[in-house]
Amino acid sequence: MSLTTAHSVVAPSANSKRIAGVIIVAYALISIVPLLWIFATSFKTPPDSIAYPPKIVFQPSLEGYCNLFTTRTRQTPEYINSLGPATGVCDETVRKRNMVIAGPSNFVPRFVNSLIIAFGSTFCAVFLGTLSAYGFSRFKVPLADDLLFFILSTRFMPPIAVAIPIYLMYRELGLSDTALGMILLYTAVNVSLAVWLLKGFIDEIPREYEEAAMIDGYTRLQAFWRTVLPQATTGIAATAIFCLIFAWNEYAFAALLTSGTAQTAPPFIPTIIGEGGQDWPAVAAGTTIFLVPILVFTILLRNQLLRGITFGAVRK
Amino acid sequence: MAEIRVQNLRKAFGAFVAVQDSNFVVEDGEFFVMLGPSGCGKTTTLRMIAGLELPTGGKILLGGEDVTMRRARERDIAFVFQLFALYPHMNVRKNIGFPLLAQGMASAEIRQRVEETAKLLRIDHLLDKSVSGLAGGDRQRVALGRAIVRRPKCFLMDEPLGTLDTEFRDLMVHELRELHNRIHATTVYVTHDQMEAMSMADKIAVMNHGVIEQFGTPREIYDRPATMFVADFIGSPPMNFLKFGGGLAKGAKEIVVQGAKVAVPEVREDIAPADMALGIRPEHIRFDDGSKLRGAIYGTEYLGTTQIVAVETADGIIKARVPAGIHLSPGEQVGLTLSSARLSLFEKGTGRAVRTAMYDQAAEARHG
Repeated sequence: MSLTTAHSVVAPSANSKRIAGVIIVAYALISIVPLLWIFATSFKTPPDSIAYPPKIVFQPSLEGYCNLFTTRTRQTPEYINSLGPATGVCDETVRKRNMVIAGPSNFVPRFVNSLIIAFGSTFCAVFLGTLSAYGFSRFKVPLADDLLFFILSTRFMPPIAVAIPIYLMYRELGLSDTALGMILLYTAVNVSLAVWLLKGFIDEIPREYEEAAMIDGYTRLQAFWRTVLPQATTGIAATAIFCLIFAWNEYAFAALLTSGTAQTAPPFIPTIIGEGGQDWPAVAAGTTIFLVPILVFTILLRNQLLRGITFGAVRK
Repeated sequence: MAEIRVQNLRKAFGAFVAVQDSNFVVEDGEFFVMLGPSGCGKTTTLRMIAGLELPTGGKILLGGEDVTMRRARERDIAFVFQLFALYPHMNVRKNIGFPLLAQGMASAEIRQRVEETAKLLRIDHLLDKSVSGLAGGDRQRVALGRAIVRRPKCFLMDEPLGTLDTEFRDLMVHELRELHNRIHATTVYVTHDQMEAMSMADKIAVMNHGVIEQFGTPREIYDRPATMFVADFIGSPPMNFLKFGGGLAKGAKEIVVQGAKVAVPEVREDIAPADMALGIRPEHIRFDDGSKLRGAIYGTEYLGTTQIVAVETADGIIKARVPAGIHLSPGEQVGLTLSSARLSLFEKGTGRAVRTAMYDQAAEARHG
């Protein structure tokens, strides 16, 4: 045996690189398989979706998407034959099942609710979070540590633990089943995350930038806007993604507090199952579309997200 | 441009007193340096003049106006930070023009003023570059540009050369002084580097523990240090101290150090018996075998034109600056002759310099 070290301390050896590669690929596969499965199922016909053994290769169909966006009624074959030619792919697909399209489903309005509530609450949480984080970072706030602890305490329990009091309060205040109510609720939950994350980012921006701007004739707010904010964009973007993911995926409060006009997509999608048998392709289609906004947002901001996650671990 | 007058300025952070009853006047157009070790209160004083900290007591007057409690943006001053604080999301042009934008100046005029300023600092070729790619010296020039573009009442600089390497630093010391000679802007410059202070300042205030130990021209501070701290802080190597005992009487012209009689400038006050120290600059020591004050050569440091010789005496090591040509070997016994007219006397307990003819001459020269 040699006494000298065979490997370098700084550069990973070829072997450890290979092992790391295998682990990453395996983890990536485990993560992506359910997503791919949902994506594939959304293009299956209902019989294919519950076939056993499961079908890997299948004839793609838009039936799931048709069923997601429409409500249908069952008719006799004679009635269907008496209609004119089908007016589109969905019409044709549906007729094969002895049904006709009765009208649009609630999916689009529910999806729009999700967009409004998730982006609205994210904007509010990041806006309030940035200003509070700046205040905590730059001023001597009395009892600052205790205040920060209290802010974080909203995250100490699962949201469902406070669901009933909130449900009762919302009913009294007339906030039940309103977009405003949901935006307020998600903002309240997210603002703690936003304050803590952003305080870290703003602490890292030297005070000299604002001081220089204030000496040069700007008010503190102007100095904040022109010198601190542009340098905090990375942190703001990372924080925004975390807030958005929470608000977008939140199910418990949404199921409890929204049932009609303000219902978001997460509580809506499971209800699709009930309409005329177990329509897994329609559920999968709803889930696939539901993933798109977060996917796009995350890809657009992925560099910031990466820095946001590793933040604290690798300070400059 | 304006005069800066600081009266009984005081700043306490809780129980810690950062600045104690400071008084000084920076005359219009003067280059004033606050010099001291880190933590001595010089930066705090500067930040109070800028309006970035509010004083616990005292007054600050800018051009005769009391600005003690005014906001930084209402004081019409410019500040150069140690780390320059150049905005990384703006290019050089926008950085320099930023203070003018605050005044709501028209963009054509901003453009013109920025270009004039850049030319003055010889950075006009860099205007459209990003600040993050600039070399240290150029970053410094951009920071200066942002300060002078507005033509403020005065410039405040907080160790602006602290992060530059030695070569750039010497160049920038020269450039800063040259710039000052051209625009005659009242400047307060904070540093812990005595070479920067000595080579740039019209006046220096030496600070320690929140107290101004001495305020004067570089020459006064070097030749006639008011306290042992100043004597020790200024000069490289610093002033040597040899202890002696007993009191001093008004009119005395001689003291006894290590059994040898040493002629000193005429004492102008009575001092009760106490521990005293004789202060000698290294260049005021000559080797003379006839002298009764003796020591053994301990080591030499060759500097080209001169050499620093460490001599072990009965009272520890003292350093002498002598011509490089003299050959000395360690252990050799030498006699030391001191330039009598240039010696300082200190009370060891308080560190205060004793009034002598040498100090009085300076005072007379100042008032005359």
